[in-house]
Amino acid sequence: MFELLGVPPQALLGQLLLGLINGAFYALLSLGLAVIFGLMNVINFTHGAQYMMGAFAAWMLLNYAGVPYWPALVLAPLIVGATGIVLERLLISRLYHLDHLYGLLLTFGLALIIEGLFRQQFGASGLPYDNPIPGGQNLGFMFLPWYRGWVVVFSFVVCMITWYVIEKTKLGSYLRAATERPDLVQAFGINVPRMITLTYGAGVALAALAGVLAAPIYTVNPTMGANLIIVVFAVVVIGGMGSIMGSIVTGFGVGVVEGLTKVFYPEASNTVIFVIMAIVLMVRPQGLFGTPR
Amino acid sequence: MNKDAIKRGTNGELWVFAGLIALALFAPLAFYPVFLMNVLCFALFAMAFNLLVGYAGLLSFGHAMFFGFAAYISAHLAKVGTISIPYWLGSWSRLTIPLPPFTPELAILSGTAVAALLGLVAGAIAIRRQGIYFAMVTLALAQMVYFFCLQASFTHGEDGIQAIPRHPLFGIFDVSDDFTLYYVVLAIFAGGFLLIHRTIHSPFGQVLKAIRENEPRAVSLGYATDRFKLLAFVLSAALAGCAGATKAIVFQLASLTDVQWQMSGEVVLMTLVGGMGTVFGPIVGAAVIVTMQNYLAALGEWVLIIQGVIFVAAVLLFRRGLVGELLAFMTSRRRRRATEQKEAQPNAPPHPGAA
Repeated sequence: MFELLGVPPQALLGQLLLGLINGAFYALLSLGLAVIFGLMNVINFTHGAQYMMGAFAAWMLLNYAGVPYWPALVLAPLIVGATGIVLERLLISRLYHLDHLYGLLLTFGLALIIEGLFRQQFGASGLPYDNPIPGGQNLGFMFLPWYRGWVVVFSFVVCMITWYVIEKTKLGSYLRAATERPDLVQAFGINVPRMITLTYGAGVALAALAGVLAAPIYTVNPTMGANLIIVVFAVVVIGGMGSIMGSIVTGFGVGVVEGLTKVFYPEASNTVIFVIMAIVLMVRPQGLFGTPR
Repeated sequence: MNKDAIKRGTNGELWVFAGLIALALFAPLAFYPVFLMNVLCFALFAMAFNLLVGYAGLLSFGHAMFFGFAAYISAHLAKVGTISIPYWLGSWSRLTIPLPPFTPELAILSGTAVAALLGLVAGAIAIRRQGIYFAMVTLALAQMVYFFCLQASFTHGEDGIQAIPRHPLFGIFDVSDDFTLYYVVLAIFAGGFLLIHRTIHSPFGQVLKAIRENEPRAVSLGYATDRFKLLAFVLSAALAGCAGATKAIVFQLASLTDVQWQMSGEVVLMTLVGGMGTVFGPIVGAAVIVTMQNYLAALGEWVLIIQGVIFVAAVLLFRRGLVGELLAFMTSRRRRRATEQKEAQPNAPPHPGAA
């Protein structure tokens, strides 16, 4: 068996696949953050909690209502997205006229409440969720579990659809216009506040979708979102929030780099993303795909 | 505001502070000293954080890295002393400096110095972005420090550094008794307060406020704003580190709790509840939150939920914080009274210098 830089190819490709899966979650989450930030100028700190809510929604649908994985993949994001819309209408929309930092503080408080409630209800240990597509394929050089392949392909497709909707459709052009000049778009007779509400709901639904996808891979756990969201913030800083495609590319790219670090220098695998962030900030402060302001 | 009014204001603050210290001198008669020391450490931490957010307008979401890392440094030095740094020259080896365990004041000073150094590095990276990005960058950097503390050998991972001895202060004064140590912590707190008070009322502090209000204008006036921001960041990091290092000596424990992101959130909450950009807000906020945690500790997860609710309520209902709202109320009452007086004597000559 040949070796690559002293590392057996099974380990390398296995970690590469794991990296792609993590990258898929980074991409989905940073995409949602970027869409919300673009229109509302709010960094949604609740995003991690909403990812966790997505996983819990799938778990509850299965255990309380007997709804299996595939319908849950649609239902859970809808449910969590609806809760996001309620939050936006009741609380977040009151802060648009203030400094953006208050939006960050408010959503941070909301994240604490949501995480606390779930921990109170379900405890801090994880709940299992059965793999809907068991088995896999031996590719000769590595073993590919079907479900993991599905996650990578499906999230990539969802990312591409989101990109298409925002960059290539009429609805997307309204969105982009409202990002630049909300007052002018409003003057053309488009209901901007409603558009903002629906955008927030959609961003939250993307987070919940990532949560449902994660449920069979990781255990469903009230703290699963809190640590992930910090990494996703670093991903967002690396990519810059200027472009949708930038978020997608950075998400997958950073996941792969993290996977490779696990092979070559495992001690640094937790910190490598933050190191990349620091380097990017020194060299190109606006982020890889950001535009300087 | 003219110069006299500013002077009156700072003198008033110092009088209030003197009153607070006078109360604090007798507080151990009524309260448990360890509880009071906890409040003082967090008050210093929140004041350090407020220096950055309230006066330079930089919201750091990663101040736990200074607090927690300094706690580890002072804990290690007070317990073990010997410094052993791994380095790589073709192969891994260790540079070992054999030192005896440090006395508390040296341990706290070293923790503070290391936090300042960490602040210099983190600040140089973080000030390259503003606003929301600044918050995200500091949060990410703090998470990096957290993972470092989780993996480094001297921090003992999940166990933390426990049973830190309290050696005699300066090698002379016995501080193993909580009652004595309380006055040491009170002195550290007072020193921190006076330093911050001096800083925000100095020309340097005025430039910071100018940067907070309008950075492009400060730049156009010829101020190297990045240097001012970096210096404020380092000062804030050092004081946060001082608070963390002191807390480690008080509780004889340094653990991952102090360096986690939840701790960064807690200091934001304390400052927000007390009042960002007010001199006494962080002290009030720290007292409120620490007291709350003390009484609600038995409720488990509900502490987290209640903290979240306070966060949301503070942002939506009293953004200026307890002290800020009180000051605003007093100012508006004074103004109303002044207009009432003016209306009562319509022929009175206008007050010279009145705006």
